[in-house]
Amino acid sequence: MTEPILKLEGLKKYFDSTTGGAFSKKKVVVKAVDGVDLEIFPGETVGLVGESGCGKTTVGRTILKLYEPSEGKIIFEGQDITDLSRKQMKPLRSQMQMIFQDPFASLNPRQTVGALVGATFDIQGITPPGGVKKEVERLMERVGLNPEHVNRYPHEFSGGQRQRIGVARAIALKPKLIVADEPVSALDVSIQAQVVNLLDDLQQEFDMAYLFVAHDLSVVQHISDRVVVMYLGKVMEEADKKDLFASPRHPYTKALLSAVPVPDPIKGRARERIILQGDLPSPVNPPPGCVFHTRCWKVQDKCRTEVPEFLQISARHRIACHFPEPAA
Amino acid sequence: MLKFLAKRISATVVVIALISISVFMIFAILPMDPARLTCGKGCSTVTVEANRHRLGLDVPVQVQYGRFVKGLYAGRTYGEGAAEFSCPAPAFGYSFTRHECVTQLIEEAFPVTFSLAIGSFVLWMLLGVSFGIIAAKHKGKWQDKAATGFVVAGISLPVFITALLTLIAVIKLRLVNPIEMGRWVSPFSDPFGWLKTFIFPWIVLALFSSAAYTRFTRSNVIETSSEDYIRTARAKGLSEKVILRKHTLRAALAPLLTLAGLDFAVLLGGAIFTESIFNLPGLGRLSLKAVQIDYDLPVILATTMLAATFVVVMNLIVDILYAYIDPRVRVG
Amino acid sequence: MKPFLEVKNLSVSFPTEDGLVKASNDISFSVSRGETLAVVGESGSGKSVTSLAVMGLHNRKSAIITGQAILNLNSGPVDTISAPEEVVRKLRGKSMAMIFQDPMSALHPYYTIGDQLSEAWRLYNEGSKAAGIKRATEMLDLVGIPAAAKRVREYPHQFSGGMRQRVMIAMALINNPSLLIADEPTTALDVTVQSQILQLLRDMQKEFNMAVILITHDLGVVAEVADRACVMYAGKIVEQSNIEEIYYKPDHPYTIGLLNSIPRLDQIEGRRLQAIPGQPPSLISLPAGCAFQPRCTYSHLVPGNLCRTQVPDLNEKFAGHFSRCHLTEAQLIEARKSVGGQL
Repeated sequence: MTEPILKLEGLKKYFDSTTGGAFSKKKVVVKAVDGVDLEIFPGETVGLVGESGCGKTTVGRTILKLYEPSEGKIIFEGQDITDLSRKQMKPLRSQMQMIFQDPFASLNPRQTVGALVGATFDIQGITPPGGVKKEVERLMERVGLNPEHVNRYPHEFSGGQRQRIGVARAIALKPKLIVADEPVSALDVSIQAQVVNLLDDLQQEFDMAYLFVAHDLSVVQHISDRVVVMYLGKVMEEADKKDLFASPRHPYTKALLSAVPVPDPIKGRARERIILQGDLPSPVNPPPGCVFHTRCWKVQDKCRTEVPEFLQISARHRIACHFPEPAA
Repeated sequence: MLKFLAKRISATVVVIALISISVFMIFAILPMDPARLTCGKGCSTVTVEANRHRLGLDVPVQVQYGRFVKGLYAGRTYGEGAAEFSCPAPAFGYSFTRHECVTQLIEEAFPVTFSLAIGSFVLWMLLGVSFGIIAAKHKGKWQDKAATGFVVAGISLPVFITALLTLIAVIKLRLVNPIEMGRWVSPFSDPFGWLKTFIFPWIVLALFSSAAYTRFTRSNVIETSSEDYIRTARAKGLSEKVILRKHTLRAALAPLLTLAGLDFAVLLGGAIFTESIFNLPGLGRLSLKAVQIDYDLPVILATTMLAATFVVVMNLIVDILYAYIDPRVRVG
Repeated sequence: MKPFLEVKNLSVSFPTEDGLVKASNDISFSVSRGETLAVVGESGSGKSVTSLAVMGLHNRKSAIITGQAILNLNSGPVDTISAPEEVVRKLRGKSMAMIFQDPMSALHPYYTIGDQLSEAWRLYNEGSKAAGIKRATEMLDLVGIPAAAKRVREYPHQFSGGMRQRVMIAMALINNPSLLIADEPTTALDVTVQSQILQLLRDMQKEFNMAVILITHDLGVVAEVADRACVMYAGKIVEQSNIEEIYYKPDHPYTIGLLNSIPRLDQIEGRRLQAIPGQPPSLISLPAGCAFQPRCTYSHLVPGNLCRTQVPDLNEKFAGHFSRCHLTEAQLIEARKSVGGQL
């Protein structure tokens, strides 16, 4: 049984904030991530899905210690990195990288592609064989960019190409884990497939693990091996991809899947649609008991008061629900 | 809301107190001796000391300050015996050189400054905002370029140059009798005379201040016009006039409010250059003379504190007004 | 029964410093009451530009618009392209309405929801402010906002994204328009909220018997909601038909390519996404022939380099099914075989 490359134990991230206007400020706590356990094994892709306010982006950033965790543990390659300082984290960062969502905002407009990708080597003090420039050109080619453009600036590239630059930057040091935070959401449909395929290929080639954070279930379904569904800072369901999509057991997962439109007029309109009432509650004031109970159509008194424990449905399938849906 | 107001008002009081203490301290440190300076020529040492005693400067600084604060609410008595006199509350002090209660001096000077401030304010807002809107509506065309030119000129020319040039023009063109200028008349008793006195100072200050507002209005209107909610208004079928008036301007001008309020407050403290050049007996000229010529501590103290009070109070008013306009600030 | 909107040969171009941007070219389609037409395309396809032209929302001084967009009103036909601005303005918000993508910024932050809705209603109806607020409350109720009477006095920032989009829909429908154009109405919303809004749009269409144009890039949404679709690429319509034909018998390499490249929930078995190589062209310097040719995997099947030299016409291949492509029907049938899903 291999060891997971990343393990999260009871991870919590709370943010302090204020609410109210100019005249009546009140301190509030935003419970962005409220107790998440997760394991990622080498070479696998775990899809982390959920809607606004579910905490998936915060999980991704906290794993990389871009945010300091409020509680819980982060264990990377067997080492507890929860309390490591920035200095201590630095050498580890060559092994865990991030790809960001916005191809326009995540690249410094004042740096050339060469500088952007090359910076990774400079920061870690690593000189690849053949020199940084050669390696950068090789990386550019690998991600589908023309190496002759190494001295161009980000604004001279399209959205899809900029995202490829971000990918090149992330894989430069051959990390073991990449957290991809909505890497294709901002791209046009026909370009999304290109980048998804690229990520797929690179994973095979470098045997990297991905944490693929996204709200687009179709993409997640395509690329993931396992999927974790989050809602308001907590995990609702976790399973192998096939099991989750074929037989979701948590009411939220079911509703989420039924809400995704299917590009097939006859099938799409024939399928059962569960339409949730109401809005997503705010993570400032999450509902007591099961956080999903305010929108759940099967809600009972128990749901309003007791936080559900995890129910292990099979070896790799668990849910947090008092009244799971029947198997499909 | 009440908690907010209480907090702000106490903060205001603290700021003003700190300012008054700072001014006192500055005077304590400076090497000049007001007792000697205000004694007149050929004062013997004894006379100087008597003067010092009369002015209340022979006690330690803290005691002086204490007396000053007490005078604010209880009035104050100066001198002894035959030379005794008192200033009613709020007593800011007694002018060393003018032999008058400072409060009196301020009461006389303030209406002048206020007239100057209010007229310039109205004029510069009208000019600045209108030019800004025109420039924004005709972006890139000659109206815009003319407005920008006006802005550059207005900001680049120091106010005293503008004032002097205007004064020279006024006198040469005999627009107003120079003897009539610099004479305070109440707008209630002689409105035309009041206007004659202030019209050119208003123009000077307006030219100077409106430039910044033209630029600010222009950029705000241009930015607001590209907002999504303006597109929504157009899609609803509203006419461009209505969109400009109800939607664009309301959003674009709100931030100007803060600036304008504070600029007005600063002006209330006295427009030093303009008042001097046009010989208007306002707070600006009063404080200038007190510093430059008379070394008149009580007057300086009073005008400084007053100017600070205006700004701090206006700050509070503007914050409240802004919350009234922008509901996001209110409720958050 | 005539269609409510008939767009004929509509073209929109923008002169810029770098050249003439031909945002949309020779667009023709029609929509009838009770029918939903999807305009599908990616960024730069011209889908939004066309609708903005129908609504008269382009700046007439900076856009060159030719062609016609005819609204067949009860009082007679009006071409919004050639009619005077005042005439078109009075149709906006009344006969035709539009909702946009980002509900978070589409409402004025300083006015209450009630005031903004009431303003829309009072523009075309005689009534006091109170009557306007009453109508606003009714509309909020209709679009499913709970506690409407209380919320009508609230400000936009007090509503969530999904709620704001409902408010936008309420505002668009307050004067019973006959045409509703929805430009990416759910793109910025979470998926569970998206399905609520799409349901709402369907219900409202029935309620008001409107013609609806839905602009989107999401092929799932189109399949869910539309009766007919036109697919746009680089400013032109490349395929146009009823919804089943588009999905089950796509007649253009771009449509086929799109259908192949999207991950689908109904296909869990791992199949590699067939990405369309390359990128959309610049609208300033369009290629001489077919705009899609540089990315087309089938153009070599057409003899004589035709795809590179001649822009194909929009031909009616079958009844009601139009396609802009030089490939023969037989060749297209072959190409279609690569599409996963039901054929």
